Amino acid sequence: MQRSGQERHALRQEKDIFMVACVNGHKLRKNLCFLRPLSQRRALSEENDRVMRAVRRFPNRAYGSVYLSPSYLDFSLEEFDRCVRDGPMVSVGELEADKRCNAPELDPIVEQAVSMKAPILQHTWLKVGGNEPGESTPYDLVELAERHPQASFICAHTGGDWEQGIRIIRRARNVSAEMAGFDPTSGTVEMAVRELGAERVIYGSDVGGRSFASQLGKVMGADIPESAKRLILGGNIRRLLTPILQMKGYRL
Amino acid sequence: MIVDTNVSLSRWPFRRLVADEPAELVARLRKQNVGQAWAGSFDGILHKDIASVNTRLVKHCRTFGQGMLVPFGSINPKLPDWQEDVRRCQEEHHMPGIRLHPNYHGYTLNDPVFAELLKLAVTRRMIVQLVLSMEDVRTQHPLMRVPPVDAAPLADLFKNQPGLWLVVLNWTPGLRSGQLQTLSSSTGHVYFDISTVEGVGGVARLVEQVSLERVLFGSNYPLFYFESALLKMQESGLTETQKNALFEENARLLLAPTGREGYAHKSL
Repeated sequence: MQRSGQERHALRQEKDIFMVACVNGHKLRKNLCFLRPLSQRRALSEENDRVMRAVRRFPNRAYGSVYLSPSYLDFSLEEFDRCVRDGPMVSVGELEADKRCNAPELDPIVEQAVSMKAPILQHTWLKVGGNEPGESTPYDLVELAERHPQASFICAHTGGDWEQGIRIIRRARNVSAEMAGFDPTSGTVEMAVRELGAERVIYGSDVGGRSFASQLGKVMGADIPESAKRLILGGNIRRLLTPILQMKGYRL
Repeated sequence: MIVDTNVSLSRWPFRRLVADEPAELVARLRKQNVGQAWAGSFDGILHKDIASVNTRLVKHCRTFGQGMLVPFGSINPKLPDWQEDVRRCQEEHHMPGIRLHPNYHGYTLNDPVFAELLKLAVTRRMIVQLVLSMEDVRTQHPLMRVPPVDAAPLADLFKNQPGLWLVVLNWTPGLRSGQLQTLSSSTGHVYFDISTVEGVGGVARLVEQVSLERVLFGSNYPLFYFESALLKMQESGLTETQKNALFEENARLLLAPTGREGYAHKSL
């Protein structure tokens, strides 16, 4: 079925409102909104606009994260300035492009993020059957993180194969483990807290693909202290965002 | 009160789980307000001595939980004389149903032995729990890669087995949306658990697709966090009456005609 631009826009707005209703249902205070991977420059810009519209519409419920691509480096650096330096966005990612994140093209993007103290959410997977071409692994992220010790990285999905992913990122102190996007398998969060410390573990929903419920269940159901749950569900991301929120004069 | 239709006892082969001892499992389920749990055994996935797996399962179900655990015996129709395992499940262990793992036992749903097994279950008025997957194929052990069951033949098989009570567990990777609707549009008794349902409002969407009466609460505990299934219910936006159907009523009605009403009353 072909939909007009106006209809598509209305549908997206409806989806955004539904999403906020679900966020309310789970008593989540704030959402960090980002996009699915995009391979076209124009789409990238349009979708970043969409996130900014959502953030402006729900300023008390959502922070925006800018989608960039190392395949369009100059454009991405301009997009960072437009959306983060001059716009309302406060972080970078989820970066999921056709280049692995240890590629040198990532360096200028990371430097730009560091200049604004913005954390970077990087997609990672370790698929037993092999990753997609250009898909990053936690190993790639550790390599990037070690080149940029002053940057803050969030390892999205912790490689999916979390028992390996947690071990891989353990030595990189500027990398946090994000627990979304894989089955709500018992023991996940407990192992991350044991090996990384609760300060390096971050809740994510991967909503769209997953759900708030299944991913929240990982944290709510984990055998860890309540204080650790508070860090994972909000304290850690708040700490990572505090420098850029202060720099932009946002209320914490 | 909750009836959890998808729980497993014993050890998951690839890691220890927090509730893989029956006493611990029962205590944790009680805290979650679970009054009854339909329990299979992880051992049934890989062990070849299925008879002893089922004997242990029944023993644990009788020893722990004061009737909370309802045993569903494992059947591997690729083992010699599997029909005897079915007989023991019903006649000796008084189980209301059986649990199948075709992908781990090496047969497809097109295999004539599967139809034969369904027929026997119908004759014995036993519930069949069909598990389509246990783990995301992307994260499996490299030496133990098991794709989900291809559920495409299920709708036709189901049509040919009037009187079958079928519960499809962990079904999302194996059953595509069109197949789900074809299967659920039949007049027979087919049910789906919620353990692997994903997406915002996923449970409500499932109810819309297959009708309220065909959805059961199932957590896949202790392999999955119990809270995952519980929060899906919270997020669903269903009314209290609808939630009660999923949490308890549908399972209770399903269990009753198998002749194992004792289970239905003992625990709830």
